[in-house]
Amino acid sequence: MTRYAGNAAALRALVRDQEVHRDVYVSEEVFQLEMEHMFPNSWVYVGHDSQVPNAGDYYGTTIGTQPILLVRHTDGTVKVLHNRCPHKGTRITSETCGNTGKFFRCPYHAWSFKTDGSLLAIPLKKGYENTGFEQSHAATGMAPVRHIRNYRGFVFAKINDGGLDFEEFFGESLSSFDNMIDRSPVGQLKVAGGVLRYMHNCNWKMLVENQTDTCHPMVAHESSAGTVVEVWKKAPPGTKKPMAVEIIAPFMSPYEFFENMGIRIWDNGHGHTGVHHSIHSDYSAIPGYFEKMTAAYGEERAKAILGENRHNTVYFPNIMIKGPIQLLRHFKPIAANKTLVESWTFQLVDAPDMLLERTLMYNRLINAPTSIVGHDDLEMYERAQEGLHSNANEWVNLQRLYSPDEAGQTNVAVNGTSEWPMRHQFRAWTKFMTMGM
Amino acid sequence: MTMVAEAPLKNAVPTDQELIDFVVREARLIDQQRFDEWLDLYADDAFYWMPLEWNQTDPRLTCSLMYEDKLLLSIRVERLKGARTFSQKPKSRCHHVLQTPQVDSRDAAANSYVTWTPMHYVETRLEEQTLYAAWATHHLSVENGKLKIKLKRVDLINCDAAFGNIQLFM
Ligand code: FES
Ligand SMILES: [Fe+2]
Repeated sequence: MTRYAGNAAALRALVRDQEVHRDVYVSEEVFQLEMEHMFPNSWVYVGHDSQVPNAGDYYGTTIGTQPILLVRHTDGTVKVLHNRCPHKGTRITSETCGNTGKFFRCPYHAWSFKTDGSLLAIPLKKGYENTGFEQSHAATGMAPVRHIRNYRGFVFAKINDGGLDFEEFFGESLSSFDNMIDRSPVGQLKVAGGVLRYMHNCNWKMLVENQTDTCHPMVAHESSAGTVVEVWKKAPPGTKKPMAVEIIAPFMSPYEFFENMGIRIWDNGHGHTGVHHSIHSDYSAIPGYFEKMTAAYGEERAKAILGENRHNTVYFPNIMIKGPIQLLRHFKPIAANKTLVESWTFQLVDAPDMLLERTLMYNRLINAPTSIVGHDDLEMYERAQEGLHSNANEWVNLQRLYSPDEAGQTNVAVNGTSEWPMRHQFRAWTKFMTMGM
Repeated sequence: MTMVAEAPLKNAVPTDQELIDFVVREARLIDQQRFDEWLDLYADDAFYWMPLEWNQTDPRLTCSLMYEDKLLLSIRVERLKGARTFSQKPKSRCHHVLQTPQVDSRDAAANSYVTWTPMHYVETRLEEQTLYAAWATHHLSVENGKLKIKLKRVDLINCDAAFGNIQLFM
């Protein structure tokens, strides 16, 4: 039974000012429409250009559930191609990343393509003479994603022609990328240290919402962060605080800490927690780093860059970055109740190795399938995914600190425990879901 | 559950059989959820390492699934006991099937012994039962007449796969 396809009114009705209908999480039909409309209408993160440093390097990923390919073309530019052979649909690359040389060659019938996707050669070409092949879609080669943008190394793509242009879509939110990148003395990041992959049996939006949910850490993470605090209390006085304790303990900060830290709201579902301070504020200084930053930027500017403590910046629809710890999480939708989470870490080019060491420790302590903090969160998402099948109430409440005049406002900083960012993400969800319907 | 957690060695230098018995006992303590006794098998400066990459050599500048010192291991053990550890309500259980450990190297002068143990590890919670295949490498040494783990390295054959929660110890 279809309820929502082609029915913008029905989709809009799923999102109310203060609550959303459970179908946004549990309906397979709504999920399919997200893949057909919302993701193609949005600027979606593809990858970082340091993943494809040399001509012919490629990296395979997805926009929504569509397979795509980030590739370094022979002319040095980065292209995004649909990862599908124009002949019979075969996925072109066999591994997630690698180097294809000067051209791609389909493993099925050996059609080959330049690294910008254009058709290079077909075996037994004669067989296509007088068939009108030149007019076929197949003759155009591997389809490029036409709208792409490389923002200081971070590559985004938009599949549909309609929708907003890049600047309009992101607006002031790009300042969080700027801050993360500027933390390198040479203003450059590099993907490093490997990617953690974590399978979640829940809807992808639960993860996105959780990035600005500041009322859960002291409750859900009592198990992990609370235990860290308790165990650490027993250490002999004067023991140097280990990096691991610095990283996990702040998750147990009291409500007041999160209320005061603030949340910023930008347009189109983007925003960040940690306007004034955050769980990243009190990390120990890394020897030699501030000196390098001062030499590169001058003391005042170096202080301003490092004084920014943005906790989680959500880029709608499906990534989050943590500037102070140089980490990006990608929430890749697979089905209404299944999401692959990839946590990527970045090295600040020309900064001490110890920063990368801390980034990797954070990633494995918080975001790994073998972490303990991550266990707390996933347990809650999976319970929610199940609990939503109860008919007791079809609506999910997002009312905390709601104000009727909030809808049109942008670039405001509000109480850190407000659910405004989630309401704001759902306003964007409706907009990109129904755009052009 | 009468198994002795830490059997004292007969002589200053452990025999191959004593090394093998030790590795088998370690797995059994995990399976029986005797985590405090299990933790006692680890030296104070021990690490438990589960690489994220095939043949990984660097735990510092390459991410791992786990790279934990004794403090972090003891935090995990405490957490498993916690009243509000919701991801362990109900609790996970696990089961090791080990091949006979092989003694890869023994160096009595350096007080260093290394064993290699292929294994299957099953973790269950609620209706779910997940199988992992791995190689465990134990770096052992003798402290006060007992064997202690200096490093336990667990290489999952599918170390780079996307997993759900892995809750206990392999
Ligand atoms: S499917 Fe690619 S060449 Fe035939
Ligand atoms: Fe959390």
